[in-house]
Amino acid sequence: MEKGNNTKVKILPGNEAVADGAIAAGCRFFAGYPITPATEVAESLAEKLPVNDGVFMQMEDEISSVCTTIGASFGGMLACTASSGPGITLMQEGIGYAATVEAPIVVINVMRGGPSTGMPTAAGQQDIYQAKYGSHGDYQIIALMPSTCQEAFELTYKAFGLAQKYRVPVYVLTDEIIGHTREKVHIPEGLKPIERKKPELKKDFKSYEAGPDGLLDGMPAFNEGYNLLIDGQLHKEDGNRAGHLPDVCDKLTRRINNKITDHAQDLYDCEEMFLEDAEVAVVCFGSPARPAIRAIKELRKEGKKVGCLKIRTIWPFPENKVNEIAKKVHTIIVPEMNMGQVTQEVQRAVAGNAKVFSMTLLGGLLHTPQDIMTEIEKRIGK
Amino acid sequence: MNPIGEKYLRKSALPSIWCPGCGSGTVLSAALRAIDELNIIDKVGLVGGIGCAGWIPVYINADVMHTLHGRTLPFATGLKMSDPQRKVIVFSGDGDCLGIGGNHFIHTARRNIDMTVILVNNQIYGMTGGQVSPCTPSIAKSKTSVFGNPEKPFDSTEIAKAAGATYIARWSTGQPIQLARAIKEAIEHNGFSLVEALSQCPTQAGRVTHGMADPTKLLNLLRSNTISVKKAQKATEEERAGKLLIGTIYNNDEEIEFSDSYKTMVARATGSE
Repeated sequence: MEKGNNTKVKILPGNEAVADGAIAAGCRFFAGYPITPATEVAESLAEKLPVNDGVFMQMEDEISSVCTTIGASFGGMLACTASSGPGITLMQEGIGYAATVEAPIVVINVMRGGPSTGMPTAAGQQDIYQAKYGSHGDYQIIALMPSTCQEAFELTYKAFGLAQKYRVPVYVLTDEIIGHTREKVHIPEGLKPIERKKPELKKDFKSYEAGPDGLLDGMPAFNEGYNLLIDGQLHKEDGNRAGHLPDVCDKLTRRINNKITDHAQDLYDCEEMFLEDAEVAVVCFGSPARPAIRAIKELRKEGKKVGCLKIRTIWPFPENKVNEIAKKVHTIIVPEMNMGQVTQEVQRAVAGNAKVFSMTLLGGLLHTPQDIMTEIEKRIGK
Repeated sequence: MNPIGEKYLRKSALPSIWCPGCGSGTVLSAALRAIDELNIIDKVGLVGGIGCAGWIPVYINADVMHTLHGRTLPFATGLKMSDPQRKVIVFSGDGDCLGIGGNHFIHTARRNIDMTVILVNNQIYGMTGGQVSPCTPSIAKSKTSVFGNPEKPFDSTEIAKAAGATYIARWSTGQPIQLARAIKEAIEHNGFSLVEALSQCPTQAGRVTHGMADPTKLLNLLRSNTISVKKAQKATEEERAGKLLIGTIYNNDEEIEFSDSYKTMVARATGSE
């Protein structure tokens, strides 16, 4: 996103930056349920949507929130919902359904400390696996992780475009720290809303006829003449159930997975810093990217050869890039606010080419730059 | 195939999944007659839940969502609010609508959002093989009330009325003309409409609960436990006891519908009131 002269500057908490990003993308439907620390996303959209030709609904629970969002998406609107860990858990059946019927929706998860009702007012990154594996069966989603309020705005905007293109639920994983931190956000003027491509309306249109890249041709809506048949049961291209047809079910399951993993390179979104001559690399994402980048900049001033990969698209995981880095550095450090979820992905991608150290942190705390500097200094030159 | 079937059925979805003698086909036919009389096939958004009744809309060649167990009404709400001109019709069974979906039922009725819910009540979980449902009568046997149901059943019409629905009717599949008329009225009604169709399930309720699978006898049995709205007005408490009302139970055009109420709120917000 351009940050030229034609930008409006606002001071926004992350939760409001997300809401502004949704409005800028053309989202005109939100259904949600109050939960700390995500509530301000709903509050902000409750104010913005009604005066922007949009619909805001507070539902009876998160199950209905996600299902109503899917209904609105097939109804013809760009739609999203927002919640935090426990609410996202309730949404999982709807998210699995959305992945299977290829409904473009955006799900904002302002992560708090877990498990269970956990730590409502404290931050965490314990839902990274939930985002990918929360619902039953084999399916894929896309997940984006901002580490600043600026990125909260930009990645939410981006999420709507990806959801329409890939016909898939897209998560924006922020956390309590980003959600409640006020920062400067540059909003480009004249930012265009995401437009849905409409499939060609031909006779005997099939709801699920994919192209060779596994993607469906745009997003149709109800009452546009397509006679859509949308079914969460595994289905044929015309939407009819296929539970009795092993080959059709096999093909569909592979397609809804491969259409994301095959496009991992297109979905790749990372920031690479000081990696050219680095001996140690820090792989970071979300809030811990903030102290990590600070630590790396401090150490670079001292001439320490440390670099950074800041991941913005966490799912699909940028494993090729991590593997490439692992071949150049001797050590990779992964600071995360959980028990090492992404570390496992990093280890898999590193495939023995470098040592991997996990800096797990729980209790709602964020790593300090000093924590990360100490960890890097312990490993560098060894 | 009869002309209405020829005109509206999604032939690629046939044959249906229903057992011989099931009441779901009668409900499908009644809904199609109502849609045909109103000439609204291009305007409908059809939603089905999980269970035998949830399949009804899949056989209609229109825009259809076959959704999750119990979640028809949230999906329907999204379809309605994304285009208030859309005629949203929901097909759901007693387990789907009042068991797993009970909370959504209450809240969707409370909003008085314009949609027609066709609740096919066969008093049992049919698809999974005959388990007790929220509408299974007390003492009735099922696969999970082996010694007779110790619980009391729900009356969907009472719940709907208490929650805020503004059109409520109940007929049985033995009264297909009245059922089609009620569905038509419900679609025309601007608000949350419930049409309960008491329906026979020869395979599960028949064999497991009643010890017989004859659809006609089962239908007569269902109807023997009902009383018309008209008769009920003159009946004694004793005569009414344990009987389900049949007919148009409630019809209130005074209450504001949700999407209209939302528009009023938008007018307040934008100062164009």
